[in-house]
Amino acid sequence: MSEARMTTHVLVNGQAIEREVPVRQHLVDFLREDLGLTGSHLGCEHGVCGACQVMIDGQVQRGCLTLAVQVDGRRVDTIEGLSDSGELAQLQQAFLAHNAFQCGYCSSGMLLTALHIVRHHRQADRETIRDLLSGNYCRCTGYQAIVDAIESVLRAGSQPASASVLAALGTKGA
Amino acid sequence: MKAADFEYVRVRSLAQAFQELERRGDSARILAGGQSLMPMLNLRLATPDCLIDIGGLTGLRDIRPEGQALHIGALVTHRQLQESELVARTVPLLAQAVPHVAHLAIRNAGTIGGSLALADPAAEYPAVALALEATLVVQGAQGERRIAAQDYFQGLYQTARRPQEILTGVEFPVAADGGRAHFSELARRRGDFAMVGLAAQCQFDGPVIARARLAYFAVSDRPVLATGAAAALQGRRPDDDALRAAQAALRADLDPASDLQCDSATRLHLAGVLLARAVEQMRQSA
Repeated sequence: MSEARMTTHVLVNGQAIEREVPVRQHLVDFLREDLGLTGSHLGCEHGVCGACQVMIDGQVQRGCLTLAVQVDGRRVDTIEGLSDSGELAQLQQAFLAHNAFQCGYCSSGMLLTALHIVRHHRQADRETIRDLLSGNYCRCTGYQAIVDAIESVLRAGSQPASASVLAALGTKGA
Repeated sequence: MKAADFEYVRVRSLAQAFQELERRGDSARILAGGQSLMPMLNLRLATPDCLIDIGGLTGLRDIRPEGQALHIGALVTHRQLQESELVARTVPLLAQAVPHVAHLAIRNAGTIGGSLALADPAAEYPAVALALEATLVVQGAQGERRIAAQDYFQGLYQTARRPQEILTGVEFPVAADGGRAHFSELARRRGDFAMVGLAAQCQFDGPVIARARLAYFAVSDRPVLATGAAAALQGRRPDDDALRAAQAALRADLDPASDLQCDSATRLHLAGVLLARAVEQMRQSA
């Protein structure tokens, strides 16, 4: 029996995509192998680790627990699109300043959860940040730095990214 | 791992879903949020011939009062429940349970219907449904059936829903004045499946517990009512004597299994710890 296939139409990082895919293919394999968007990672492939996270219609979801055919007619934003658009810039700078990227494997998933936190939980304390991050594993165990980075962005409020980052780096204006 | 091959049908109506179920029999699985089914497919613990995706249906997404109950459609996500002021006000036990369900990204996609249809023994909602005497609503080509939670959960992943029916919603009685809810669970890591959990609903008559419903989960193949412990609390104030009597009664109510997470004796002890937390919270809110 040949593998069942179906056409899916999806808006990926603002670009309309139409592809025929195997129906059993999950979203991250589609992004990585068919579209060459390798920023979303596969760790456990059963929803535990969070490395595969993407935004679907603006909400953080597990790419490995979503079929490519399920996002037909929907909008998917990946780490690539959210980096290029600048939406993640402040968080990325804060992660850099706090040494919250180590091996980098979990970073794209972490940043998407972090984006959810800064969008929806402006008043989050460290305990709340940790609770919301509990679905993202960092095998370098760099959680302290990751929480620090997210907290710094929340505390910086709506200040321009550069000011808080430079403060965190202890450098003077540029 | 990758899922084994299957066919995929995205249905546009419940009627179409019933037709597909009729045609394909037991070899088809219903796909809603997919947050439990997809891991099983990826791990090849499940290898259905066909997935019938009901995620595109426009109905089954409402949260609405219906008489003395709150009706929640099967496709309502955990996140919708968490953000619903109506749920928080009218079914506080459910509102307390939602943050314990998995993690943020899972709550954004997973559905209440999916959880109740799967009936994982360590899941939160089945215990809430049992504690609150909820009614599960299933539909098939022959029409609708309404099943009391007490009769719905029948064993490990076993429910009273028939293979050709779909769980379309659940109705929780609206909390009465004098009702107090307590939900807690113990897991080694936040968001993991619980080692032991408790969904407790008590009805107070002044300072006295008139009626208690204590539904434990992750202690058996289905959620279990601790009837002896509940009886020990009823007619008494939530004080230390009542608590000790109820904790003693738990030993007859529960016979938890041992597994890799913890052994039977630990589970039984932890069930008593959760009961103490419930009684303490009821005392403080008295």
